[in-house]
Amino acid sequence: MAIRISGGTVLDPGRISGQYDLLIDQGVILKILEPGAPFEGVEIEKTIDAKGMLVTPGLIDMHVHLREPGFEYKETIETGCRAAVRGGFTAVCSMPNTRPVNDNRQVTEYIIQKAKDAGFARVYPAAAISTLSKGQALCEYGDLKDAGAVALTDDGLPVANGQLMRRALEYAKGFGLPIISHCEDMELAAGGCMNEGPVATRLGLPGIPNISESLMVQRDIGLAELTGGRIHIAHVSTRESVAAIRDAKKRGVNVTAETAPHYFTLTDERVMDYDTSAKMNPPLRSEDDRQAIRDGLADGTLDVIATDHAPHSPLEKNVEFSQAANGIVGLETSFPLSLRLVAENVLTLEDLIRKMSVNPAVVLGVPCGIFEGAVADIAILDLETEYVLDGNDLWSKSKNTPFGGMTLKGRAVATLVGGHVVYEI
Amino acid sequence: MQLKKKDILDIESLSVEEINLILDTAEGMKEISERPIKKVPTLRGKTIVLFFHEPSTRTKVSFDIAAKRLSADSISISASSSSMVKGETLIDTAKNLEAMNPDIIVMRHSEGGAAQLMAKNVRASVINGGDGRHAHPTQALLDMMSARQKLGTLQGKKIAIIGDIAHSRVARSNAVGFSKMGANVVLAGPPTMIPKGVETYGADVTWDMDEAVSDADIIMMLRIQKERQENFLFSTVREYSRYYGLTEKRVKRAKKDVLIMHPGPMNRGVEISDEVADGPYSIILEQVTNGVAVRMALFYLLAGGSRDGDTD
Repeated sequence: MAIRISGGTVLDPGRISGQYDLLIDQGVILKILEPGAPFEGVEIEKTIDAKGMLVTPGLIDMHVHLREPGFEYKETIETGCRAAVRGGFTAVCSMPNTRPVNDNRQVTEYIIQKAKDAGFARVYPAAAISTLSKGQALCEYGDLKDAGAVALTDDGLPVANGQLMRRALEYAKGFGLPIISHCEDMELAAGGCMNEGPVATRLGLPGIPNISESLMVQRDIGLAELTGGRIHIAHVSTRESVAAIRDAKKRGVNVTAETAPHYFTLTDERVMDYDTSAKMNPPLRSEDDRQAIRDGLADGTLDVIATDHAPHSPLEKNVEFSQAANGIVGLETSFPLSLRLVAENVLTLEDLIRKMSVNPAVVLGVPCGIFEGAVADIAILDLETEYVLDGNDLWSKSKNTPFGGMTLKGRAVATLVGGHVVYEI
Repeated sequence: MQLKKKDILDIESLSVEEINLILDTAEGMKEISERPIKKVPTLRGKTIVLFFHEPSTRTKVSFDIAAKRLSADSISISASSSSMVKGETLIDTAKNLEAMNPDIIVMRHSEGGAAQLMAKNVRASVINGGDGRHAHPTQALLDMMSARQKLGTLQGKKIAIIGDIAHSRVARSNAVGFSKMGANVVLAGPPTMIPKGVETYGADVTWDMDEAVSDADIIMMLRIQKERQENFLFSTVREYSRYYGLTEKRVKRAKKDVLIMHPGPMNRGVEISDEVADGPYSIILEQVTNGVAVRMALFYLLAGGSRDGDTD
C-alpha cells in the first residue's frame, strides 16, 4: 500500500524545503526522493500528483471543541475530524468542556477511541485543570496523561482562583503537561456580549473590555514565572495581551500563545446588525487590536494559529444577540484565512506553516515533521485556487461561520493521516 | 411624500425628511385626541399586535390608545402571558404571530437587537417600542415633536441629556435624532455612566451637569435606576442627586424659557426635584400626550391607511 506524492514542493519549516517526492509505506515516510527519481523495493499503489502544490507536515489545530460526548447535536468526534482533514489538519486538540467534562481517564479514553474509530484526524485531548472545570479541586493529571491527555485547560470556564492556577502550574509541571489558559476576568467582563467600544455603544449591547483578558494574561504569566510551569495563552484577542506576552518572552518566561483567524481577519464592526455568526468569546475587537495581533504573529510573540472551532446549532445562534452562544466553526476556513497573512506580507509561508504545525506540536509535545521514518501525517495544500465560501457546504455538523460569502484562496487537496489518504478533493 | 419603510427600528435609519414627515403627520393626529368622540375609522380592519416582552405601562398604553383611536384592532401580549416563558424562541413566536397575519407588531424587549430579529422574520411592519439599551425610536420622535412645537425648530438648539447615558436607549435615540435635526447635543453624567465610544454620536460629553445645562434650550433628565448602585455605577442616591439632580438653581443656568423633559417614570427628589417637575418649564405631560400622536402617525404611515378611510 505504498503511496508516492510526486512533483510537489515539500516544506517542513526548519527541516526541509524544496522539490521532492515522498514515498510513504507502512504508515511512515519511507523515503524522500529527488523529483521523479526511481525507487525499487516497494510497489507504488497510488501516486498523488502534487505538481504546483505545497506538501507540509499535517496541520495541527490545538484549540477545537468537538462537543462529544454530550453535545452531539452540534458536532461529533467523527464530523469534527472529517471537517479537520478537509481543512488540512491531521490532528486536533479537543477542549474538555464536554458533558461529562473531560476531567477523568474514562472520558479521555472515550474521546481517543472514538477518534480512532472515525479514522480521520488524530485527536489529542486536553483535559480539565479542575474537577468539572469548577475551579475547586485539581484533576488527576498523572492518570489523565497516562490515558492520553496532552494538556490541561478549563477553557470556557476561566480559572478565577489565582491559588488554584498556581498549584495547577506546579502540579502539571511534574507531569510535563502544559496549562492552556482561557484568560478572562469574569467580573470585568461583567456579562458583556461583544467588544466594549463604539460599536457596542451604538448597538446598545453590554461590552467586554480588553482588560478582562489582558489582566488575566498578566496574572498567568506571573504565575508561570513564579512556578516555572508551562503556560500557553489561548485565543489572544487584544493589543494589551500581545504586549504582555512579548515582554514576558523577553524576560525568558516559559509562555506560548495562540490566536485565531477571526482575530486577525475581522473586527467588531462585523457584529453590526446583530449578526450572531460573529459572536464569540473573546469577542472580535477593534482594528487597533487586529493590527496588534498581526504584529504579534509577525514578530513571533504569537506562536500558534488555532481556530477555537466552536460548533453551535441554529437553536443557539438564531436568537437574541445577547442570548446567542459564543463561538464559530473554524477548521475548514483556517488555512485559507491564514494564507492571507502571507499575501499581505505579515508572515512568510514558512512561518505560517510553522505556526500551524510545528509550533502547536511543540506546545503539545506531539510528533510532527517530514523526515524519513516520520509518521506520515501530511497535508497537500493548493495555494492558488480561489472560491467563494458557502457556509452551508461545510462538513462540520454546524455551519456557524461569519465567513460565508467571502472569497477565499487556498485549500487542502489531500490529507494523509498515518499514511492513509483520509481526504482527497 | 410617503414613508417607504417596512419597519421603525431606530432613529439612525430615518432620514431628516422622514422624521419631518412623521412629526408633521403626528401634528395632524393630535386633533383627533381632542374630539369628543376620539376615534376615526382610518385603520379599520388592521391588526396591531403589542408584544411587550419587558414590563411597560406608559408606552404600552400609549400604543394601545393610538391603535384604538385609528380603529385598528390591537392585541396585547406580555412576557408572562406569551409562550416564551414556556421556552419558545423569539423567532418561533414571530412566525406564529406572522401566521395570524397582523399588519403591525410593536415590540418591547429587554435585549438590544430583538426588534431587528423580529423584523427579519415577519412580513408585518415592526415598530421598536424599546430594545435593551439600544433604541427607543418612538420616544425620540415624541421628544422631538414636543421640543419642535415649543421652539419652532430644533436647528441650532442646545439639548442637555443628563443621567445614565450608558444604559439608556432613550439617550441613544435622542442623541441621534436631535443631532440629525441640527441640534447641539450635550450628554452629561458621571464617567461610570458614559459609554465607551460615545463620541461617535457627534455629541459633546461632560461630567459636569452645571456646564451641560448652561444656556441649554432643552434639558432632558433620564431616570436613574437605583439597582445600578450594585454595579458600582454611583455611590449613593444622595450624592447622585446632589451632582446630577435637576433643581431650580440649576434650571436658572439654562436659557430663560428652557424646556424640561423626562421620559418617565420619574424618581422625584432624585434626578428631578418636585418644583422643577411640576414647574412652568416642564413639558413632561405634553410629551405623554404627543406620544399618542406620534404612534398614531406611525401606524397610519406604516399600515398604509388610505385617505378614503377618513371620509368613510
